[in-house]
Amino acid sequence: MELRNTKQQSPWRSVDWITIALYLVLVLMGALSIYAASYEFDGTSFWDFQGFSGKQIHWIGVALVVALVVMLIDARMYDTYAYPIYVAMIGLLIVTIFIAPDVKGSRSWIVLGSFSIQPAEFAKFATSLALAKLFSGYGFSLNAKSSNYARALGIIFLPVVLILAQKETGSALAYMALFFVLYREGMSGLTLLAALFAVVIFVVSVKYSEGITMGIPTGEFAVFIIIMVIMLGMLLIYCKNLEVTRNVLIWFVGTAVIACIVELFGVEVPGTWFFLGVIGVASVYCLVEFLRAPMQKLMITIATVVLSITFLFSVNYVFNNVLEPHQQMRIKVTLGLEQDLRGAGYNVNQSKIAIGSGGFFGKGFLKGTQTKLSYVPEQHTDFIFCTIGEEEGFWGTMTVMALFVILILRVIWLSERQPTTFSRVYGYCLASILLFHFCINIGMVIGICPVIGIPLPFFSYGGSSLLGFTLLLFVFLRLDAARRDSLAY
Amino acid sequence: MRKDYRLEKRKYVIAGFLLVVAFIFAVRLYELQLGDSRYKEFADINAFLKKTQYPSRGLIYDRNDELIVFNQPAYDVMMIPRDVKDLDTLEFCQTLGLTKEQLLKRFDDMKDKRLNPGYSTYTPQKLISHLSAQEYGRLQEKLYRFPGFFIQQRILRQYNHTSAGNILGNIGEVGPRDIERDPYYQRGDYKGDQGIEKSYEEYLRGVKGVEILIRDAHGRIKGRYNDGANDVAPISGRNLKLSIDINLQQYAESLMVNKIGAVVAIEPQTGEILAMVSSPTYDPNLLVGRQRGKNYAMLQADPEKPLFDRALMGAYPPGSTFKPSQGLILLQEGIITLTTQYPCYRGYINGGLRVGCHGHGSPLALKPALQTSCNAFFCWGLKNMLDTKRAKYGSAANAFEVWKNHLVSLGYGYKLGVDLPSEGRGFIPNAKFYNKIYGENHWSANTIISIAIGQGEILATPLQIANLCATIANRGWFITPHVVKEIEDTVMPPDLLKKRIPTIDHQHFVDVAEGMRMAVTGGTCRLANLPDIEVCGKTGTAQNPHGKDHSAFIGFAPYQDPKIAVCVYVENAGFGATFGVPIGSLVMEKYLKGEISPSRKYIEERMLNSNTKIYSGVKKH
Repeated sequence: MELRNTKQQSPWRSVDWITIALYLVLVLMGALSIYAASYEFDGTSFWDFQGFSGKQIHWIGVALVVALVVMLIDARMYDTYAYPIYVAMIGLLIVTIFIAPDVKGSRSWIVLGSFSIQPAEFAKFATSLALAKLFSGYGFSLNAKSSNYARALGIIFLPVVLILAQKETGSALAYMALFFVLYREGMSGLTLLAALFAVVIFVVSVKYSEGITMGIPTGEFAVFIIIMVIMLGMLLIYCKNLEVTRNVLIWFVGTAVIACIVELFGVEVPGTWFFLGVIGVASVYCLVEFLRAPMQKLMITIATVVLSITFLFSVNYVFNNVLEPHQQMRIKVTLGLEQDLRGAGYNVNQSKIAIGSGGFFGKGFLKGTQTKLSYVPEQHTDFIFCTIGEEEGFWGTMTVMALFVILILRVIWLSERQPTTFSRVYGYCLASILLFHFCINIGMVIGICPVIGIPLPFFSYGGSSLLGFTLLLFVFLRLDAARRDSLAY
Repeated sequence: MRKDYRLEKRKYVIAGFLLVVAFIFAVRLYELQLGDSRYKEFADINAFLKKTQYPSRGLIYDRNDELIVFNQPAYDVMMIPRDVKDLDTLEFCQTLGLTKEQLLKRFDDMKDKRLNPGYSTYTPQKLISHLSAQEYGRLQEKLYRFPGFFIQQRILRQYNHTSAGNILGNIGEVGPRDIERDPYYQRGDYKGDQGIEKSYEEYLRGVKGVEILIRDAHGRIKGRYNDGANDVAPISGRNLKLSIDINLQQYAESLMVNKIGAVVAIEPQTGEILAMVSSPTYDPNLLVGRQRGKNYAMLQADPEKPLFDRALMGAYPPGSTFKPSQGLILLQEGIITLTTQYPCYRGYINGGLRVGCHGHGSPLALKPALQTSCNAFFCWGLKNMLDTKRAKYGSAANAFEVWKNHLVSLGYGYKLGVDLPSEGRGFIPNAKFYNKIYGENHWSANTIISIAIGQGEILATPLQIANLCATIANRGWFITPHVVKEIEDTVMPPDLLKKRIPTIDHQHFVDVAEGMRMAVTGGTCRLANLPDIEVCGKTGTAQNPHGKDHSAFIGFAPYQDPKIAVCVYVENAGFGATFGVPIGSLVMEKYLKGEISPSRKYIEERMLNSNTKIYSGVKKH
């Protein structure tokens, strides 16, 4: 039962010009910022091909051509060739590992004559297509069977593994954004909460690992308390089991009071064993309750508690053994545990100085000293937002943020109006990736999250990044423009 | 496929997440960009290398425009700790002739927040001061190999003479407290310490300038900021012209060699101090440059205390030089007239009390009493004022307060307000003081009779004594004594030049001056009787607990239209006539005539070569 218009409309009639306008404004502002960031006081020309801005202008030209081509191709082609494109891209990623030269430890650039491209930037596009294709399969539902989860996760993690092999941790992390898509398409919201909870446990236990409370690091102590509160919360709100909640609460408070009294008399209560004992007894009690009256939510609560404690104990191991020293340092700097203004903290400190010195109206275009005098490293790529902050001030940073927020909200809104699952999922992939880059990039520049080297979409200098995002965006616009062509697949 | 509206609502979660993050970012950006002004400073510290341009310090001339103090360049090694990279310690030490330990000690001192509260790795810190010319040359050649270091030119003082150290003062490096008190100063700066250098610091120092250079992240200088439009040129300090006559100062200092004490010479009409000697003195050149600390400690440890300005801070019993002031008060209060005579039977004898005197006619009136320095006359005067004629005042205490107030109006008991730091105030007791010692109404004139002849509790600085002499020379007014005559391009503070009129009538000064003239022509000061200048004078011989009497003298000349008033005070040198009078008269003669007449050369000879230190015990001031 296919209903399809035989006559296709010109894509330019129904394309979303608002998004195109936002895109053009961002790209243009980006080029100006790159010019400002790489401008020396002795003055290079904006158009100079040797300069970063000149090169970026050429890349913008290429990007516009790509956008035009994308718009001219039949929208159905992207659906049809989603998997072939994905497979080809995976192949390219594998090849890259072997043929790419080693640039500062990373093997992600393919050198083609005078310029080089980074396949990882295009892989996001291919992965989004593949994910959209998977979800648009007839009768596909994420929760229908667990193999569907496996297929979705497989599509996401295959490029992640390959990109990690290229030592591009930042780019690989960007794929985590796609969990938002899974969430939109039916993944349980608890997964997101669990992720949030994991981040909290991680941050609290690392940040407060210095102090000692009850014989254990303060962070660990705080996490135990948090776990107990979460357990009570889940019993009360999620399981709605008043009786169990009351009993566990009495047990927690009672043991805490006893522990305090014992401590008052100078007896050292061994923290780890105390908490494990108290929470363990509470869990066993819940298990008994579960056996008496089986209720899945009770089991999930117990599982959450057990997993949280396991996670807590593995945090230290992961932090010290899995993360590389420079990554540990970046996290410590973000959490304010280390300053290291000459090493790991240098970038962020200088970028905060650059942004902070801008004030409300900024120092004026081309007048920023932090960026001109190369105090901020990577100022034309990952730290491009500094230039805005320093030269255009609070007014400029708010404008750029507003543009991004409007763009992302617009993409979400456009996605929701798509008649096909393929277009909607693809749109959410785009929105999620933009969202992730926006959060991590700006967060890192203003010192809220650790330094993860990913670009600010459309702004940062770099042909691959610009072309990758342009492709990602315009394919969606092309799909959106064709939304009336087919009512449903 | 039908849309799942339950899932569609999840767009709000995702959009909500975006908005929450954007809000957090906005708050953070607000904090960074609008909430914290330090970032602007940090950016400026990064980008702008502010090189201080030191102004040249004001020069100091004497009253005859002879240059006394000028500037010499000195070179300090400065460092910006943050910019120091891969320092080759060995080579650095060799270049500067330091041992590694010395260098490390310097680094530690520099980082010590107690010694150097302004320490910052971003700002220039002083490592070594005052390089010699050779060291400077050697370092200059190799400087490019030591990033983060630079040479700061500074200014030290240089002196054309070895005298007037106590007046000129010196300059020293600012301490942590100076920096705290006045943000003008930075570590390594110099400021006036003691003397004129201190009291006229704000005129002498000028205004520092700044040159703003642009520096990139690698420490390379990229040029001048805004083409130098924001640079500030230093403004040179103002030159000072002193009222001191440097030749007279040198001459008076030479007369005071091997003596302990002070000489103050004032031009009565203007209050300008012509010479002010504190002996022993020191060579101001000792307190210049790298040797300053060592020499300063040496001078401080000297038991004769050369750093203690006796002319300004010494508190001495004025002895008989006090008598003219007593004459003035007694006349003013009507206790005596010019014809009132008091008996002197080799002293003041009353109520079992005896204040000795020397042989002269008796009874006698005020002028002869000044001439012969009769103790008894002034004791009787005070006795009459406080006891016999106390009805006029109600009580001895009231009478005493009147007496004291007259002295205060003559400049005693309080600081005169000279334009030099650390002036002493001497001591004039008041009624309360004696009430406390003896009990209310338990004291009378005889209890305190020695103050009538400038002994007892009375203490005065040589400057105050000289000022009294100038007041008599002016016949009833004075101007606060001061050492600076002119400040370049500035008007002198008018308060300093105001006429101050004591509570005693002009006529009484005329009479007292006549008495002082008689002391020179036929009394205790005959040695001061210059061949062709009418000199007036009064000797003083002050008993003291430290040994031999102090020898004192005040005098002015010429008698009509005085040009100079002098006070000489020589510790433990005996009679006023033996050292006070000759030195005082020589200073006056030198100033008024330019040279000593041949008939008096022997006096000069004797003073230049005499030594009274042998009589002085351990000095306590």
